[in-house]
Amino acid sequence: MKKLMTGNEAIAYGAYLAGVRVGAAYPGTPSTEIMESFAKYPGVSSEWAPNEKVALDVGTGAAYAGTRALVAMKHVGVNVAADSLFYGVYTGLKGGLVIVTADDPDMHSSQNEQDNRNYARFAKLPMLEPADSEEAKQFVGLALDMSEKFDTPVMLRSVTRLSHSSSPVEMSAAAPPPLPAEPPLYDRNIPKYVMVPAYARQRHPVIEERLKKLAAYADSSPLNRLEPGNGSLGIIAAGVAYQYAREVFPEATFLKLGMVYPLPAKLIREFAARVQTILVVEELDPFFEEQIRLMGIDVRGKDVFPVTGELTPGLVRRYAAEAGLLEETDETTEVTTAAALAALPIRPPMLCPGCGHRGLFHVLREAGVVVLGDIGCYTLGAAPPLSALHTCGCMGASIGVAHGVARAGVKDRTVAVIGDSTFFHSGIHPLINVLYNNSSVTTIITDNSVTAMTGHQQHPGTGITLQGQQTKAVQLEKFVRSIGYEKVDVCDPYDMDNLAEVLTGHLKSEQPSVIIAARPCVLHIREKNKPPFVDPDECTDCGTCLELGCPPLMQEEDHVSIDPLLCNGCGICMQVCPVGAIIRE
Amino acid sequence: MKKIDFILTGVGGQGTILASNVLTEVGLALGYDVKKAEVLGMSQRGGTVESHVRWGEKVYSPLIEQGEVDYLLGFEMLEAGRWPLYIKKGAMAIVNRYRIPPPAVNLGKAKYPREEEVESLLKTAAGRVLWIDAMKIAGDLGNPAVVGVILLGVLSLQVGGALDTWLEVVKRLVPAKYQELNEKAFLTGREIVAA
Ligand SMILES: Cc1ncc(C[n+]2csc(CCOP(=O)(O)OP(=O)(O)O)c2C)c(N)n1
Repeated sequence: MKKLMTGNEAIAYGAYLAGVRVGAAYPGTPSTEIMESFAKYPGVSSEWAPNEKVALDVGTGAAYAGTRALVAMKHVGVNVAADSLFYGVYTGLKGGLVIVTADDPDMHSSQNEQDNRNYARFAKLPMLEPADSEEAKQFVGLALDMSEKFDTPVMLRSVTRLSHSSSPVEMSAAAPPPLPAEPPLYDRNIPKYVMVPAYARQRHPVIEERLKKLAAYADSSPLNRLEPGNGSLGIIAAGVAYQYAREVFPEATFLKLGMVYPLPAKLIREFAARVQTILVVEELDPFFEEQIRLMGIDVRGKDVFPVTGELTPGLVRRYAAEAGLLEETDETTEVTTAAALAALPIRPPMLCPGCGHRGLFHVLREAGVVVLGDIGCYTLGAAPPLSALHTCGCMGASIGVAHGVARAGVKDRTVAVIGDSTFFHSGIHPLINVLYNNSSVTTIITDNSVTAMTGHQQHPGTGITLQGQQTKAVQLEKFVRSIGYEKVDVCDPYDMDNLAEVLTGHLKSEQPSVIIAARPCVLHIREKNKPPFVDPDECTDCGTCLELGCPPLMQEEDHVSIDPLLCNGCGICMQVCPVGAIIRE
Repeated sequence: MKKIDFILTGVGGQGTILASNVLTEVGLALGYDVKKAEVLGMSQRGGTVESHVRWGEKVYSPLIEQGEVDYLLGFEMLEAGRWPLYIKKGAMAIVNRYRIPPPAVNLGKAKYPREEEVESLLKTAAGRVLWIDAMKIAGDLGNPAVVGVILLGVLSLQVGGALDTWLEVVKRLVPAKYQELNEKAFLTGREIVAA
């Protein structure tokens, strides 16, 4: 029987079938649903870690103990987990460990589009890349076998177009392998698992040897396959890029790579001997191209396709035609149509109606402060008309950057703004740094009691686990006080007068301080209050409320109106109207 | 088996995801190879959503090329208007006659295109544009959430496939307590065009 699954669901299913018992992840688009799906299978432990590094250490520990483990993260999560990635390659493990990296070419929901295939080469571990959901399911099992056979963690790469695409998956009647009757004894092996220089030095040659064996395995592995064609053109591709190329070049001979590192050198040589021209179709970096060139084989690749953005079948066709590898298509767009399309108003994402972040950013804009920001829904505070957040680099950067700005000294008043999930992810250390190195940074933690941006995941502050169990919630205020902060206030961002007053106090103070702006995400708790309405006779059409950038507020002929269907009834607009024209019965 | 490509487009929260799931499952049930691609990301924050649904003998790419779309299903007028380059010459667009003004329009800084403008944009490729008052019909049925299922009803008559197959999938994918409502919405959609 076949069932439709997204790539993410198929990865979770494959892990379950292969007997994975321990899963850990931190949410991040497009990887989030992997652990959410895995959590629903019987007999597994699946959890949200506070960040990706912790997730990977948890997975590594489970694998040390002899259990198969799954760890998942978005591409930039691997940066956070990188230190742990490298030691795991040195020590190896007992049970299989698969680390999923979900890359995001074109940055549909990311701050960069780094190509994580480079991590495989950098950290010296094998990487597989499936091209559809069925392969995603199968490759997880193969990766775990490989992990155990070669004594190494294995990475599985997905991209947005795999993670969030659905295709049929063959359902298995077999149950996952049973648990051992008794837990095993821990395998104590100090030279293998204690990476002090003397032992690590012994391990490095083992890794180099292992890579050679993996490369030999790649040559014979069914993961890589040659698909004969008619033409003289040979295409090397993996993952979704393979699917695009397959569609655009139905006649070509293909070398479809399922194992993207290490590369099958012998197979590539054989392939090169069969065809006249080799075209490498890959998104982002010339990862295959450079390595194949190093084998002394000439290929075309990034002279045809861009290094930026994602490919689509249409783009593959266009670039190939421009390079003379395909006949030109006659898809000329009329200039008038193109102009009319470009003139259509865009629809950028915005803070939702009723979002507490809106109250905070209104207050911050009125205060005229520079906001050193972070990543989450609150990053939308940078979007017009609020335009009140001034930096966003990576998770957890805000507080450290604010401290650096304070050290350098600027005329402006500054604050750091960070979300609650982001705070638990990587905000704690920079908050300690502010105390330790004693600057007067004011940190505002936007506490909406959930990881909203990625679709409402639990986190250490919510008191609920991924598998729905009640647990101890880390209390933000208590926590911050316990590390030594004395000036701490908890405010409701709906109450903007009070928040503004508290902020003024904090900005005047020379002490390091924290404001917790607490208001649960309305989308998450599904709260809705009675919408107010605008009295058109009182409205002077001054536009003040429109500066909140709240979707239900609409400019009419000579006044503003509120769409009651969209409105959440938070009442923030009532507070900013200078003439009291927005009223609630 | 002839390939059939669909793009569904609208605004986050309008039900395009359920509709594209139904459409993909129907394709599978009718014996096609199928693929569906979606960008989820920021859609909850009122952004644009697009789903590519593909039926065929063997489907490789989850994404559809320009000029290949057999049916465009627009849940919102402006969003539908963005896709003429993807529509195959002479193919069909089915559009919900419903506006959700984007921020710039709310702020009075941009103009929402008129219905004729959207129609003429689509007609640069589409042979036929079917305008459906799905929001109004959904309101009459008592629940604006069934817009997508009404549009699927309209689409089903154009695409073919046994009514039972469509209804079975619709009922399987919606919560039990809304099955009857959605069945009614689907059948209403089929009647609009028949009429
Ligand atoms: C290293 C890394 N992991 C994950 C993400 C994805 N991501 C972006 S923001 C965010 C968390 C947002 O939650 P929170 O800080 O509570 O803010 P909210 O969205 O709830 O306002 C996540 C998980 C990322 N960008 N980088």
